[in-house]
Amino acid sequence: MSEPVGVKTLQINGEEVSARSGQTILEVAREHDIDIPTLCHLEGLSDVGACRLCLVEIKGSNKLLPACVTTVFEGMEVSTHTERLQKHRHMILELLFAERNHVCSVCVANGHCELQSLAQDQGLTHISLPYRNPELTVDASLERFTVDHNRCILCTRCVRVCAEIEGAHVWDVMGRGINSTVITDLNDPWGSSSCTRCGKCVQVCPTGALFDKSKVGSDHPKYPDFLPYLNLMREAR
Amino acid sequence: MSKLKLATVWLDGCSGCHMSFLDMDERLIELADIVDVVYSPIVDTKEFPDMVDIALVEGAVASVDDEKKIRKIRAHSKLLIAMGDCAVAGNVPSMRNPIGPQAILNRAYIENADVQPQIPCVVVPELLRIVRPIHEFVKVDVFLPGCPPSADTFHAALTALVTGEPLDIPALTRFGA
Repeated sequence: MSEPVGVKTLQINGEEVSARSGQTILEVAREHDIDIPTLCHLEGLSDVGACRLCLVEIKGSNKLLPACVTTVFEGMEVSTHTERLQKHRHMILELLFAERNHVCSVCVANGHCELQSLAQDQGLTHISLPYRNPELTVDASLERFTVDHNRCILCTRCVRVCAEIEGAHVWDVMGRGINSTVITDLNDPWGSSSCTRCGKCVQVCPTGALFDKSKVGSDHPKYPDFLPYLNLMREAR
Repeated sequence: MSKLKLATVWLDGCSGCHMSFLDMDERLIELADIVDVVYSPIVDTKEFPDMVDIALVEGAVASVDDEKKIRKIRAHSKLLIAMGDCAVAGNVPSMRNPIGPQAILNRAYIENADVQPQIPCVVVPELLRIVRPIHEFVKVDVFLPGCPPSADTFHAALTALVTGEPLDIPALTRFGA
């Protein structure tokens, strides 16, 4: 028998909070102004727990769990900012910076990048790991938008927005581990793919990996806030 | 109180960090009351002094000469500051890393040369295979990211370091700032 929908009481950082059953730790934390950093999560898209920045500690479990995909239970005791978690978040950000060629100063998203501002928020002043310097491609075959794989952090927001919201599923991920890369169709050039040119992927991309060709320098703010509204309108229909 | 000895060094960077340092304008005069600039691209000293209190290093390590210099600077500095994104993260000079120095030299000196195509091999130092931030060679005490760090960032950071007050760098600057 399934549990009836009800109120769950739990503790986040020692503070008693109540939640609806089925809510994720991240949802409850944000309702209570408790800041848990995220990169792959985006309001309006499904959650995949890809970036691991939202990892939290739960009393009684020796595993760290991603807050975006972990639902609450009665009596749960969550810690969001322990020394151990902060150490892991630092390491995740350093790995992201070291993995590809993120050269902030010459990025179209400089000043509007979620990776860049997270690094600042988390107090990162340098990357202690050696940079990998991979040779990656830039696909500018589409008339309006470009994908620069040097800047991609594989958050898969583009994949999800294309499949879940646009309904086209042009974007997907190819390869394993360090060789993973986002692709259009079956790794065809973006320009000759079945892309509908809607531009949603560009708006949800947290870095300068997907950008509008009409933007130059570091003048590329992104506007992903259309998503919750779009979903609301669709539900109301 | 005797003045602190300050050195500034220019490795593989564009000199923009030094420009931004000079943008402190009249605040440089106040700074001159507490520090002596004993070595810098803007003063006429050829050899790095025996010991300096603070060394500000602009630029990444890109050549055998840069590597020799940064090791000497570390040995002769009490406090070593990585100044700007090139010193902190490699930044623009490191963009050649995926393709290597030979491809860059060929493009600049052979493919694009109108007369006498040849790669310089005398006087100029040999390039390292990859460009790296200075902390991959020596211990760095303070990281000041930014491209370049603003004059206000320099002023706040140097004031804090000289007076011993707490220094919150992420509140001042970030990568690419």
